[in-house]
Amino acid sequence: MMSSPIPKSPEQSDKSKKYDRQIRLWGDHGQKLLENSKVCLINATALGTEILKSLVLPGIGSFTIVDGEKVTEEDIGSNFFLDSDSIGMSRAQVATQCLLELNPDVRGDYIDESPEHIMSHTQDFFNKFTVVVATALPEKTLLPLSRYLWDSKVPLIVCRSIGFLGYIRLQVKEHTVIKSHPDSENPDLRLLSPWPALKEYLDSINVEALDKKSRAHVPSIVILYYYLNKYKELHGGNIPSSRAEKEELRKLIRDSRFHDEHGPKLLEENFEEALHYVNNCLNPISIPQNVQKILDDDCCTNLTQSSSPFWTMCAALREFVQLEGALPLRGALPDMAADTDSYVTLQRLYHSRAQAQSEAVYRRAAQIARNLGVAQETVTESEVKSFCKHASELHVIRGSCIADEYQRTSLDLSSYLEDPDSLMFYYVILRGLERFISEFNTYPGQFDDQVEPDVLKLKSIIGKLLAEWGCCHVVSDERVHEVCRYGGAELHSVSAILGGCAAHEVIKLVTQQYKPLDNAFFFDAITSTSAAFCL
Amino acid sequence: MSEFQESNQKRWSHLRKVLERPGPFSHPEFEPSSEILDFIMSSCKLLVIGAGGLGCELLKDLALLGFKNIHVIDMDTIDLSNLNRQFLFRHKDIGSSKAEIAASFINKKIPGCQVIPHFSKIQDFDENFYRQFHIIVCGLDSIVARRWINGMLVSMLNYDDGVLDQQSVIPMVDGGTEGFKGNARVILPGMSACVECTLDLYPPQVNYPLCTIANTPRLPEHCIEYVKLILWPQENPFNVPLDGDDTQHIAWIYEKSMERSLQFNIPGITYRLVQGVVKHIIPAVASTNAVIAGICATEVFKIATSCCVPMNNYMVFNDVDGIYTYTYEAEKKEDCLVCSQTPQILEIKDPNKMKLRQLLELLAESAAYQMKTPGLTTVIDGRNKTLYMATIKSIEERTRDNLNKSLVELGLRDGQDILVADVTSPTTLIIKLKYVIDDVEMK
Ligand SMILES: [Zn+2]
Repeated sequence: MMSSPIPKSPEQSDKSKKYDRQIRLWGDHGQKLLENSKVCLINATALGTEILKSLVLPGIGSFTIVDGEKVTEEDIGSNFFLDSDSIGMSRAQVATQCLLELNPDVRGDYIDESPEHIMSHTQDFFNKFTVVVATALPEKTLLPLSRYLWDSKVPLIVCRSIGFLGYIRLQVKEHTVIKSHPDSENPDLRLLSPWPALKEYLDSINVEALDKKSRAHVPSIVILYYYLNKYKELHGGNIPSSRAEKEELRKLIRDSRFHDEHGPKLLEENFEEALHYVNNCLNPISIPQNVQKILDDDCCTNLTQSSSPFWTMCAALREFVQLEGALPLRGALPDMAADTDSYVTLQRLYHSRAQAQSEAVYRRAAQIARNLGVAQETVTESEVKSFCKHASELHVIRGSCIADEYQRTSLDLSSYLEDPDSLMFYYVILRGLERFISEFNTYPGQFDDQVEPDVLKLKSIIGKLLAEWGCCHVVSDERVHEVCRYGGAELHSVSAILGGCAAHEVIKLVTQQYKPLDNAFFFDAITSTSAAFCL
Repeated sequence: MSEFQESNQKRWSHLRKVLERPGPFSHPEFEPSSEILDFIMSSCKLLVIGAGGLGCELLKDLALLGFKNIHVIDMDTIDLSNLNRQFLFRHKDIGSSKAEIAASFINKKIPGCQVIPHFSKIQDFDENFYRQFHIIVCGLDSIVARRWINGMLVSMLNYDDGVLDQQSVIPMVDGGTEGFKGNARVILPGMSACVECTLDLYPPQVNYPLCTIANTPRLPEHCIEYVKLILWPQENPFNVPLDGDDTQHIAWIYEKSMERSLQFNIPGITYRLVQGVVKHIIPAVASTNAVIAGICATEVFKIATSCCVPMNNYMVFNDVDGIYTYTYEAEKKEDCLVCSQTPQILEIKDPNKMKLRQLLELLAESAAYQMKTPGLTTVIDGRNKTLYMATIKSIEERTRDNLNKSLVELGLRDGQDILVADVTSPTTLIIKLKYVIDDVEMK
């Protein structure tokens, strides 16, 4: 055999060094999607620039700020990305310049016009963005913008930061995720129905005949498979399913330990691992509910020429599942105490099986694309490979339109409002606040001598809203008073918290990884607690 | 311009609304007035420990919450890989002190703010330095440093007849992040759970067994550890200790690891993985740092102004799946090694058999102690005796033989006080041995 030369250490680009700490999370693929994204920010408030900061730093492609306001003294006091000598200048312009200093790889521009002006003068301005983010937007602008972006299928994130209260609402018509990055997952081992090559390998090892040294190095799944078969022999071919039955299998494994004159020896590490696997690795193959729902979705069963690659791959996966009765093998072998050769052999068996299955799914996907009459390249082999590897974590979000939510005539919040620990009352307060702003053109409590009267006004608005929704609950006076105390103040640190959260939601949408918020989030900085609701 | 005038400026009207108006959810002792903002701006003194991902955010947040007297400590210099989140630094700053660049940026950006940088280690300062601050905020990536400053603040507490003197309490607000996860907490030393009370929250470090690395590697990590731990000292390729920031060193490790992985048919070695394993890299993004620092800064503001009751007292954050937070009261441990005021009792089953080496292993591995390189001394017959100390070469050589002696052989008795010194604490801790067998045969 010819010895192959040892590869030389690769040169790392400055960019990959700069972004190293995040590429370790979302990968080069996620980074590339981020670098191709275009984000629009409406209103460069402190919250707005904090959101952009956490997007410019990791390197989005470009941003555009839409803001018709001029920088005020108050802005300087809460917004880090406005210079102290910029009072009276265009807020969009100053914020754009300050944010661009953060990262020379990012492009940025601004329009110093109000969003209302743009919407009425420039058709199709907002639909060229990957995501639109809006802060401090009044209802009368929010509703048409929400409707327009909903119809254009551009995701919209609406945020507000007022005093110790923060709010994020995500509007997305459809969002699909392949890599959800679940915290933990059971390994995909297929020991109950091994494919021929795996079966042949597992059957070739007689665990009971191993000497002391080999015994300590045999991989735990070989042990588990061996004693599973013993169990089946003793129980007419049945597999252990109840707790007691699984315990019996564990006893078989435990009883195999060596004895010496002092009694039983300590069980080896690999046998301990086998005991551990009994619980979560012997469940009959099934399709996870979340995946089955996706495979039964109309988008999957009725493909059209405009279907996204995600749904084309889902359709191919559906055919695969119908034929095989299982998802494609994930192909990753968890680490386990073993000698090198046994582990590497098993690893190869799992890997080549997964490879073969993903090729089968790819062929189907390509065939489906051909049948639809779309270019075969719409799905690539590497995409399908990743899709198959993550098949059990597929995720689809179908959101709701904010304009619909605001125009809904009945809203049943009773179950939330009855719960003293629920933060849903903030939703009612915020809706009241927005209506207050529309009616009076100021924040409640904006002026020192108007706090008390504004409490009464806001209370009456909230009362009316609840009545409109047919909701017979009230929001406590204290909560209304607290919001009027803020008088529209924006506390920088609260905006920083919300800004970080909202920026990551943008990153989720852009990289198509992780599960986005579905769909509203409230943060209460008084107690440092939060809640998410689906509106 | 006097501070009084400045706090009256329109610029700070956001803060003034919250501080000069009563609120139903403020602290019972809160009395709204313009004096609170004056206090924040002219008297209140803060210390920020760490000028990295969290530190940069903290300085910005605190400066925009009106704080002016802020000290910042950081011993690190700026690296290219910091720039994806440490937003006070630019490409031209690479190699400079993080504390100094961060301080001058904030001072320039926010007129009137006086951040004082310290390009040093926290261990370079004593309690006289730490005593000058009203509140200390930590944005650290090192557990050892966190434990050290926690120990320092606890050691500065005064007790009068067993009653804690409230004046001696310096609140500590602590944040930490890893990827999309983070936590923030408020510690009132002596009053609420301290870092050591909740030590079991930190996961133990992953260490691969040496025999696996040497004989039966399975993972690419095993190959890299082999090169790092065994091959590097053997071949000593550059005649210097391994430096994870030296690209030549990483390149050597990469090539040798690759060689070993090919020899064992182990797939998966990449340059990034090699770097990650050698430098113990923790992934980090701007957004999580912004969230956690924002929460910490808000707590500092609440403590300094009483405009709200502080968080009680521990919060976890995770935005991988939606946005999730959980806030709960971490409990003070009654027999906490650092803050409990009660002697630490260590039960020993068989002092005739238990070697000093095993005692040291126990202190390093048990979830309650997690020490790094504990040095042990005691008093026998009125004389000080060093049992073992790894950190000083001459003492290590002199005491090495003790490692294989049993506790009884060393003359340690039931009830013996052992003085333990470790990098995780600024002070010496006392552990009392308790022999739990009835009759110990003393030799
Ligand atoms: Zn404690």
